[in-house]
Amino acid sequence: MDIRKIKKLIDLIQESDVAEIEISEGEESVRISRASSAYPQQQYFAAPQPAPAAQSTPSFASEAANTATAAAATKSSNEANAVRSPMVGTFYGSPSPDAAAFVEVGQQVSAGDVICIIEAMKMFNQIEADRSGIVKAILVEDGHPVEYDEPLIVIE
Amino acid sequence: MIDKIVIANRGEIALRILRACWELGIKTVAVHSDVDRDLKHVLLADESVCIGPAASNLSYLNVPALISAAEITDATAIHPGYGFLSENADFAERVEQSGFIFIGPRSETIRMMGDKVEAIKAMKAAGVPCVPGSDGPLGNDDQTNLRLAREIGYPIIIKAAGGGGGRGMREVHSEAHLLNAISLTKSEAKSAFSNDMVYMEKFLENPRHIEFQVLADEHGNAVHLGERDCSMQRRHQKVVEEAPAPGITPEMRARMGKVCADACVRIGYRGAGTFEFLYQDGEFYFIEMNTRIQVEHPVTERVTGIDLVAEQIRIASGMPLSFSQEDIIIRGHAIECRINAEDPRTFMPSPGLVTHYHAPGGAGIRMDSHLYSGYKVPPNYDSLIGKLIAYGNTRESAIARMRTALKEIGIEGIKTNVELQRDIMDDTHFQTGGTNIHYLEKKLGL
Repeated sequence: MDIRKIKKLIDLIQESDVAEIEISEGEESVRISRASSAYPQQQYFAAPQPAPAAQSTPSFASEAANTATAAAATKSSNEANAVRSPMVGTFYGSPSPDAAAFVEVGQQVSAGDVICIIEAMKMFNQIEADRSGIVKAILVEDGHPVEYDEPLIVIE
Repeated sequence: MIDKIVIANRGEIALRILRACWELGIKTVAVHSDVDRDLKHVLLADESVCIGPAASNLSYLNVPALISAAEITDATAIHPGYGFLSENADFAERVEQSGFIFIGPRSETIRMMGDKVEAIKAMKAAGVPCVPGSDGPLGNDDQTNLRLAREIGYPIIIKAAGGGGGRGMREVHSEAHLLNAISLTKSEAKSAFSNDMVYMEKFLENPRHIEFQVLADEHGNAVHLGERDCSMQRRHQKVVEEAPAPGITPEMRARMGKVCADACVRIGYRGAGTFEFLYQDGEFYFIEMNTRIQVEHPVTERVTGIDLVAEQIRIASGMPLSFSQEDIIIRGHAIECRINAEDPRTFMPSPGLVTHYHAPGGAGIRMDSHLYSGYKVPPNYDSLIGKLIAYGNTRESAIARMRTALKEIGIEGIKTNVELQRDIMDDTHFQTGGTNIHYLEKKLGL
């Protein structure tokens, strides 16, 4: 068995899912096995990554406070002036994939104008601006899920 | 095995479900109202979705919000816990129509057991002994109703078919009050349950509340896990529960347990369920079936070694039960004391900031609670903040361990019923065992 044949076998193994090959030619035989670098993923035992707050109970209160203050810091500028989601669903910025967006940053809107759609359970709900002003920011990406009370669009 | 579960509940049971999911390697989605953002299980879950404001009807009872949350997180199944929508047949149906697995029985089963008249009919047909009664809804003919009551024999009780759990009921001790009681109960039922159907049953004066736990899979296997005694109640709310029930012999357990398991097979039951009985003078009388996991499930878990919530999830995944009736052996004794955020004397709810929480520990002690130091108990929901479970080889040992744990437990900042639980554990009649459902109210002078 020459070295080129053996090299070809090694390439074969590397390119495929085969774990082990043994070939005999006459009295010669060669066995090539794949060395596993990691244990195969056993779904049953895979524990989801616990959130940092799970590490130690005494840190619960501080962890909760930290998450709250961190979120509050980023939210404070947007919160007061954002139209918030009245429901759980998926955010869409335009009436259909090819159509123009309902509103764009810098656009003037009046109270009652439709500014986006939240889709929930196959129903498309038009969300209206609750005030007049200029659109300062659109906080959610098209097709992204939103929860109740999540800030959507900043109008000032 | 199910991949991802939406936990459609809150508080201690949501945490319980989360723990079972983690053990099974299942991803968790915690849906919560805006005031529940800091619930322990919400902070621990893989994903969380705020589904509405504090009001239950806009959040935990909000079917579109719950299903929407399952859609956006790409979940596989929804676990309803207890209370809220757990026994709402329409919700179960909507969940399944939307392509998710409802962890519980089929919606038709929930619907049947939710109608208390239908449930009794089904149980009678399955050979389960029931309270002597009208065997159907009461009509409008006064003479018929008077005759029925005479045949059953006073005292009787009028119950709403759409009620259950102690709601929509009225006792009648003599004929003079019967017709009035019927019409009053009908009006209340119409207003509370949108259903004025009522039925009549013999009123048992000194019964104990004994219920049987069952598990049934989708492959026709049904197993009973013994009974619980939940007689220590105040205003139809359980305060202390225990397993096994004092005085129930292995023979009685095997006989009644088999009746319940056979009934499950007959009605095509799926999941965890509880058959509730009134027990008086050596006889069991079926009153209703709960088609969900119950608050007091931990005492059954301690004496049988079976994880009921994990079994619910396995059954919902389509797996057969991993054990048979012969494998269920009742060992030792377990007692559960419900810990409520309430004034110990007036029983008024006591929400607020838990400034300090210390859980008891030691041999045989299990504390199922979502509390932590710094957690704020919101005013919008029921007052159950934890369950303290004590297990021992004997009932005496369980009581002794419970008394120790009740001395050790520390909840500061809000009022709780820990004092009341200490009183009950010290009560000589409780220590003897076998007190009936009126005992606690008599003890409290209510």
